[in-house]
Amino acid sequence: MSTQYIDDMSGVSTTGHEWDGIRELNNPLPRWWVITFYVTIAWAIGYTIAYPAWPMLSSATRGVLGFSSRGEVKNEMAAAEAAKTKYVAAIKSKSVSEIAGDDALREFAVSAGGAAFRVNCVQCHGSGAQGSKGFPNLNDDDWLWGGKMEQIQQTITHGIRFTADGDTRQSEMPAFADVLQPEQIAQVSAFVASLSGAVKDKSMSEPGAKVFAENCAVCHGENAKGNREFGAPDLTDAIWLYGPGEAAIASQVRAPKGGVMPAWIERLGEIKVKELAVYVHSLGGGE
Amino acid sequence: MLDNKQIKRLEAEAVNSAKTRQPLYAARRKIFPKRTSGRFRQFKWLVMAITLGIYYLTPWLRWNRGAFAPDQAVLIDLASRRFYFFFIEIWPQEFYYVAGLLMMAGVGLFLITSTVGRAWCGYTCPQTVWVDLFLVVERAIEGDRNARMKLDAAPWSARKLFLRGSKHAIWLAIAVATGGAWIFYFADAPKLLGEVLSGTAAPVAYGTIAVLTGTTYVLGGLMREQVCTYMCPWPRIQAAMLDENSLTVTYNDWRGEPRSRHAKKVSATGQAVGDCVDCNACVAVCPMGIDIRDGQQLECITCALCIDACDGVMDKLGRERGLISYATLADYNANMALATAGGANPVDPALVRTASGGFVDGLAHFHLGKIFRLRTFIYLGTWLAIGLVLVYSLLTRERLELNVLHDRNPQLVRLSDGAIRNGYTVKLLNMIPEPRTIEVTLEGLDGGEMSIVGIDQAPSRSFSVPVEPDRLKTLKVFVRQPAGQIKKPVQRFEFRIEDNASSESAEYTASFNAQENGR
Repeated sequence: MSTQYIDDMSGVSTTGHEWDGIRELNNPLPRWWVITFYVTIAWAIGYTIAYPAWPMLSSATRGVLGFSSRGEVKNEMAAAEAAKTKYVAAIKSKSVSEIAGDDALREFAVSAGGAAFRVNCVQCHGSGAQGSKGFPNLNDDDWLWGGKMEQIQQTITHGIRFTADGDTRQSEMPAFADVLQPEQIAQVSAFVASLSGAVKDKSMSEPGAKVFAENCAVCHGENAKGNREFGAPDLTDAIWLYGPGEAAIASQVRAPKGGVMPAWIERLGEIKVKELAVYVHSLGGGE
Repeated sequence: MLDNKQIKRLEAEAVNSAKTRQPLYAARRKIFPKRTSGRFRQFKWLVMAITLGIYYLTPWLRWNRGAFAPDQAVLIDLASRRFYFFFIEIWPQEFYYVAGLLMMAGVGLFLITSTVGRAWCGYTCPQTVWVDLFLVVERAIEGDRNARMKLDAAPWSARKLFLRGSKHAIWLAIAVATGGAWIFYFADAPKLLGEVLSGTAAPVAYGTIAVLTGTTYVLGGLMREQVCTYMCPWPRIQAAMLDENSLTVTYNDWRGEPRSRHAKKVSATGQAVGDCVDCNACVAVCPMGIDIRDGQQLECITCALCIDACDGVMDKLGRERGLISYATLADYNANMALATAGGANPVDPALVRTASGGFVDGLAHFHLGKIFRLRTFIYLGTWLAIGLVLVYSLLTRERLELNVLHDRNPQLVRLSDGAIRNGYTVKLLNMIPEPRTIEVTLEGLDGGEMSIVGIDQAPSRSFSVPVEPDRLKTLKVFVRQPAGQIKKPVQRFEFRIEDNASSESAEYTASFNAQENGR
């Protein structure tokens, strides 16, 4: 430090930093630059007074402007709610079919219903509404209780086998383990499996047809097309809620399972239920 | 007792010794550029008129685009994300045109700088143009250099207050007009002007005007040369951009030195005398406040006003113009070598002069050929290549496009009759400001049929879809294929769209999954 290097060319001293012979001139800063620097400091102090900043023991200073990011979110949410009121009012006053008939309203209902679906329905029906064993796929065209928009609305509103709701969709397939002989169960399973595929063993499926006519046709229909009054599935199609194949069918004949879906009207209210009905109908399988 | 001399002096110095202490900051030295006239000053007036004209008038030009698009020739419509430039309309995804223009601007700047030096700084940079404009006002109100210096030194009086007040008022008015003109590029100009004047325009419009008023007033009126010297990165890049064949404003020492205020007296004593009479005209007119005779320097924006000033003096003295001139470093060095006998002696003007007073033949002069060198050709070639690619792509670009997104969850749906259904989000882009009817067709995929949500039509391989002008239309499309005709886990097929009226078309190859994770 004792000897200061003075640059020959400019006659200005250097900062003492050197990189491969390149030195940095120690020119004075412009005064306005220094003033600007102090202004930014003053600004920063003012900013911490105006806005929440200084941490205290259990909270932080609130700032004299009263700004809070939670408050901002609240305002934005309120503004978003206000922007939706027009659509929400229309959805409240119209039937689901009328909603679906109006392009703008349908678009709104589909996205609002989609959001509600992702919160309330995906736990059973899956994130893509594709279902799983025992939980129906809502994308396909096979409906236990009907795929019209009003029918879907009815299902969501009151649920299925949800005893707390008096209007719930109710049905129960009896367990045939005590009614039919194991031989008969095997025969009827072979018959049902043959309805949607090739006949494997006539000696089984032909007597099975008789067992079916006597025991099953009451609910599933003589042609096994099912009955939506009782939520009795169509046994002739390619879709199997509890799995395809004779073994899965036999298990369902012996000790049938029936899923329970809660009634959503209490929890979500009429508007959300309508939006959900429109959304589910829009997935591609609606009738 | 010891003698003073017996006490050894230690080699020590205070770290903050006054001998070596530097000031930490320095006040701005005021500059009072003198008015000048000449060729370059004329040219600068012209450039100022053109650049300010472009800036202020462009938003008011009209361009008819029909009923479905704005009629402003140049418009950046941020709300609906469209950019209009005369016959060109750009959607956000075509932003590469802007990127291309920026590349051309960059390479163009290199080209200009490598040939004619800092012409951008000296003539067309907004900072230069607006400072020039503010100086016009300053001179008109306070007078030329001497009057301004006198006024500045004078104590505050009613007259000084009035002059200063009116100068700043006019500066502010120009600044408001500058900020005001900017916003018209972003909305319909006549309508926005009415809104701004009646106080009904959006707050962002007033905010923009306020910010640009502030920057124009502070940068153009108060900061001036400080912006170029301390804030702008471009002067620092010059060292890399200029080479020995670039034109820069140059003081020709080889004919100017030794300078003298008393040429005749000195000449009479038999000493060498150069052309420079040390009148300081070049320093007085410089808007950057520098002395070009110190050589090329970071602060020089090459506005060439010192050339005009010096030429005027040379004319009065009856000597050739060009003591200060645009010259290349190569020419300057060659002539300096000539005038100093290879650097051995101080400058002797006699070495570059003939007996009759003209210049010797060996003197290097600038000629146009020096502009053409490999470097400038590379810049020019790059600039042209980018430009041609942009023009070609602009002329051949599609105004009808489609994007297809395959549903991922679920990838496929098995239907009750065993058929497989896949869902797609199809986006139709109608990029012209006219409504169209687009034919959406399925190609390939044996037995495949589609249905579109919201369009009441039985499943089919072809749909007619009306699309609004200059809009994107999103369709939810379900494609199903009967069980018997599914051949592979994944099949390729095409969505094809066509505008029957203009026979424009576009295709997208999509995949149809018949099996989960079938790949």
